[in-house]
Amino acid sequence: MNQPGMWDALRGVVRRDLLLAMRRRSDVAMSVFFLVIVASLFPLGVGPEPAVLRTIAAGVLWVAALLACLLSLSRVFTADYLDGVLEQMLLIAQPLPVLVVGKVFAHWVTSGLPVVLLSPLLGLQFGLEGEALGVLVLSLLLGTPTLSMIGAIGAALVLGVRGSGLLVALLVLPLYVPVLIFGAGAVTSSLAGVGGEANLSLLGACLALSLFFAPWATAAALRIALE
Amino acid sequence: MLQAVALSCTRGERQLFSDVNITVKPGTLLAVLGENGSGKTSLLRILSSLLSPDDGAILWQGQNIRQLKEQYCAQLTYIGHLNGVKDDLTPIENLMVAASVTGDHSSGALVQEALEAVGLKPEVHRLPTRVLSQGQKRRVALARLWLSIRPLWLLDEPFTSLDTAATGLVTERLRLHLQQGGMAVVVTHQEVALPPDAVQRLRLTA
Repeated sequence: MNQPGMWDALRGVVRRDLLLAMRRRSDVAMSVFFLVIVASLFPLGVGPEPAVLRTIAAGVLWVAALLACLLSLSRVFTADYLDGVLEQMLLIAQPLPVLVVGKVFAHWVTSGLPVVLLSPLLGLQFGLEGEALGVLVLSLLLGTPTLSMIGAIGAALVLGVRGSGLLVALLVLPLYVPVLIFGAGAVTSSLAGVGGEANLSLLGACLALSLFFAPWATAAALRIALE
Repeated sequence: MLQAVALSCTRGERQLFSDVNITVKPGTLLAVLGENGSGKTSLLRILSSLLSPDDGAILWQGQNIRQLKEQYCAQLTYIGHLNGVKDDLTPIENLMVAASVTGDHSSGALVQEALEAVGLKPEVHRLPTRVLSQGQKRRVALARLWLSIRPLWLLDEPFTSLDTAATGLVTERLRLHLQQGGMAVVVTHQEVALPPDAVQRLRLTA
């Protein structure tokens, strides 16, 4: 039998999700627009004072990135659940956590990566420059995949539940808090001149932990949702 | 050979069935019949390993499927109530991506042949699936049977939304599969037009 390897299956899952994202660009654009709008409105509301903007930059940009990720979480599994593709995925002869990693990676590429790429521009709006700008990008590069990983657990747990949007927010927000604190803390520390290395290391640890545990937890939640 | 021993299933407070025993040998098809709500789909989902039975065991070649896990999944093609196709992809893309993930035949030529074999004309192969009728979408899902190289097929109401011609094509594909030593469990409300010695029937009562 022409049994695909784990990589073939993983590549197939990522390819399908990216192809679908290309076909539904408006869904992908929604979370990016949300981020840009929030980040652009804050300076207008707070005022143009550079010192104030620099002080709030890390918090505002990180909260906006977190909420943008939260907005897109329903995309991870809901459509697959409704059209029967998820059922098929559970019956693929490969470990489900590996396929979950593929789904989450595709979600990050379409929701987290645009945030990372846009962050230097948004950071400039808040008067960030030099090292602080670099730390912001790096913190989002480490933090947004963690948000996608943790978010996938919540998205899987609420599959098929009415009012799942609110429920998923309640479930994952407490788990997002450390990522938010370390991410914003990295930029703030850099601005204070003490360097963001410690917070970045903690973000890296969060990413490693979530990469290890989240796929298993998500796979278990998916199996329960389809029972 | 697929065997189910003393299966029972409860959904909510209601027992759907109990002490169900099944043996599906190579070259045979088990037609699961019964009224709405009698547990036909639940039985199929249990046989596919999507659902755990309350009691009993399912054996594939004598081994419990709980132990076999992915090895068992590698032996089956499951087409459920839902088509498992993406509306935003074309029929060709749907089949190619699905086949590349599952390990079935996935070349463009074979996918086109499968779609033609299930009666979908070439002009619809490259349209988004969302513009197709329910019957055409079902055909796209069932085209996976022409790409499948697995011995066990589990099909939930495969003939739903199909016209007489498509029903005939799918039945013929089933006949060929059984002739090649394959097995099938089909949940259906209609008679499957196959040789009587190849078909067993299991009737569930609500």
